[in-house]
Amino acid sequence: MVPYIVRRLVVLVGMLFALSLITYILFYAVPTDPASLSCGVHCTPEAVAANRHRLGLDDPFYIQYWNWVKAIFLGRDFGTGYVAMHCDVPCFGFSWNRQMMVTDVITSVMPVTIYLAIGAFVVWMTVGIFTGILAARYKGSIFDRGVMAITLVGFSLPSFFIGLVILIFFVVRWQIVPYPNYVPPTEDFGKFFMCMLLPWITLAILYAAYYTRLTRSQMLDTMNEDYIRTARAKGLPEKVVIRKHAFRAGLTPIVTSAGLDFAGLLGGAIITEKIFGLTGLGSVAIKAVENLDLSILVAITLLGGVFVVVANLIVDILYAAIDPRVRVK
Amino acid sequence: MSELTTEGNSVTSSTNVMVPSTHKGDVILSVNDLSVSFKTHDGLVQAVSHLSYEVRRGQTLAIVGESGSGKSVSSLAVMGLLGSDNANVTGEVHFDGKELISSSADTVRQLRGLKMAMIFQDPLSALHPYYSIGKQLVEAVTAHQDVSKEAARARALEMLNRVGIPSAEKRIDDYPHQLSGGMRQRVMIAMALINDPELLIADEPTTALDVTVQAQIIELLRDLQKEFGTAIVIITHDLGVVADVADDVIVMYGGAAAEQGPVREIFYQPEMPYTWGLLASIPKAGDEGQLDPIPGTPPSLIHLPKGCVFAPRCAFRSQVPDNACATTRPDFEITGPNHAARCHLTTEQRKTIRLDRKIGK
Repeated sequence: MVPYIVRRLVVLVGMLFALSLITYILFYAVPTDPASLSCGVHCTPEAVAANRHRLGLDDPFYIQYWNWVKAIFLGRDFGTGYVAMHCDVPCFGFSWNRQMMVTDVITSVMPVTIYLAIGAFVVWMTVGIFTGILAARYKGSIFDRGVMAITLVGFSLPSFFIGLVILIFFVVRWQIVPYPNYVPPTEDFGKFFMCMLLPWITLAILYAAYYTRLTRSQMLDTMNEDYIRTARAKGLPEKVVIRKHAFRAGLTPIVTSAGLDFAGLLGGAIITEKIFGLTGLGSVAIKAVENLDLSILVAITLLGGVFVVVANLIVDILYAAIDPRVRVK
Repeated sequence: MSELTTEGNSVTSSTNVMVPSTHKGDVILSVNDLSVSFKTHDGLVQAVSHLSYEVRRGQTLAIVGESGSGKSVSSLAVMGLLGSDNANVTGEVHFDGKELISSSADTVRQLRGLKMAMIFQDPLSALHPYYSIGKQLVEAVTAHQDVSKEAARARALEMLNRVGIPSAEKRIDDYPHQLSGGMRQRVMIAMALINDPELLIADEPTTALDVTVQAQIIELLRDLQKEFGTAIVIITHDLGVVADVADDVIVMYGGAAAEQGPVREIFYQPEMPYTWGLLASIPKAGDEGQLDPIPGTPPSLIHLPKGCVFAPRCAFRSQVPDNACATTRPDFEITGPNHAARCHLTTEQRKTIRLDRKIGK
């Protein structure tokens, strides 16, 4: 088990390196000039050149990349004298649009994104798996057919539509829930919960539909296996057969999808955040695109990549926990 | 009464005959007029037609036949393992003082694994790949007995030792993929017998195994039967296994019993052309000639022949007058005290053919 994890970790480091290089190349190949962007309206060529030097943009590409990577692990100082700034580890550079360190920008909005992702994840996994198992157990029944029809609709609707409909009915028309106004859970958990409830549901509907279908088809597959017949031949109650034998065997693809989907959400749920006015990673990313704020874009992209790669590692470890045949390889 | 005779797809129920066994134990399982059909997109599949048999304590009954002859389906129906989705099961199965076909699913479920157990053809796919064999054995105990995990585990270990798993206390935490095919089948047998059932149904228990291992597994089953007095229904297409273990034999063809009798009589005095064909297709040591397969293929269970189900493949149908083999389904007729067969040939004709062709020698 330990060599298996170590091997996966080595692969992970290599992947992150490749990812950072590609991200850096892609964004710095975009034809913009951060030096003049950060200079303001009344700008002289000398000021641009000074900015460029201060940001290290007059260095060759590979030096810039090296400095950027180094800063992540060692921190970095920009400029000298009274304009000097220190950027702490992990340093992802400086945003001239926001006049803030990129790391500070991200850490200030990250909690919103994390809460959004975790809450939605819990809702959709519970609803999806539970409904999927029931639909499989009563395959062909009215319940099953209803679930299949509803999930098809839920799966096909775009999240901005679901979000807007929920917003219109629950907030505007019926006024069950106030318009989301983000409050940190440490401050007032009740308000936080009411604020996050609709975004969670909006995000969860789409995923719950998918996980219901995935769970159902997995269950139907495994229910035909010989070892399910053996479990029944032992005289186990059908509940135990389904929960302990069939579900466990069909779990692997569900875990795979869940890991990647959760990691994807940690990278920011742009549309849901926009609709409910939440300032998370997604809305920061959108702002950064609008303003061509490259240092933030690179950081968020890389972060999204890290989430996916780490989620993959966790999924791999979970595989080994679920399936003993993976462990011995 | 001729207007009551049904013609066409299913064997008429008047041919349903209970053949007494030579075995003298108490009757444990009594299957009476069992029929199973499946609804499919292509039509109604008549998988089992009017099958009747009895199994006695300590007796081994072998059910032989080709793939699709209904031997597995009939046993799954006895165990209540067919599921009710598209299978239609009729008839009676008396076991443990209850009639199982009309009993609730939960009643049958509580008998499964406790009083009647089953082992399957491929032990690798029949064991759950994600649980250790110890866990799976313990589960078989705790499903029926209110005992502690430790007691169940001790019982599991005892059974693993009993079925001949070497260093069982170490292997008990192994997973199925870490065991050889023969060991897996031993685990399956341990699991089936762990609650000391009265009836064990073994569905082709040796088919997926090496020949040498096959012999060991058969030997093991025979030993355990002697020790526990379990009645065994063994489903197989291996006549060598039948000769080895069976007291009585049912030969199935096209979903119905074609012949039934004590094992000696089935081998030395078979009464039905299909059984003759089966016996002729056994390879014998020292035989130089070619094997003698039965020409043709088994019938489609959706469109069973109107007359004798075996007639299209039967070499002797011309000996029956009036083309009866093609038009009338033969009754399951008593041919001896413990013997019955489904064939239009007369006793004299069968005797002559057996002598001519050296069948049963």
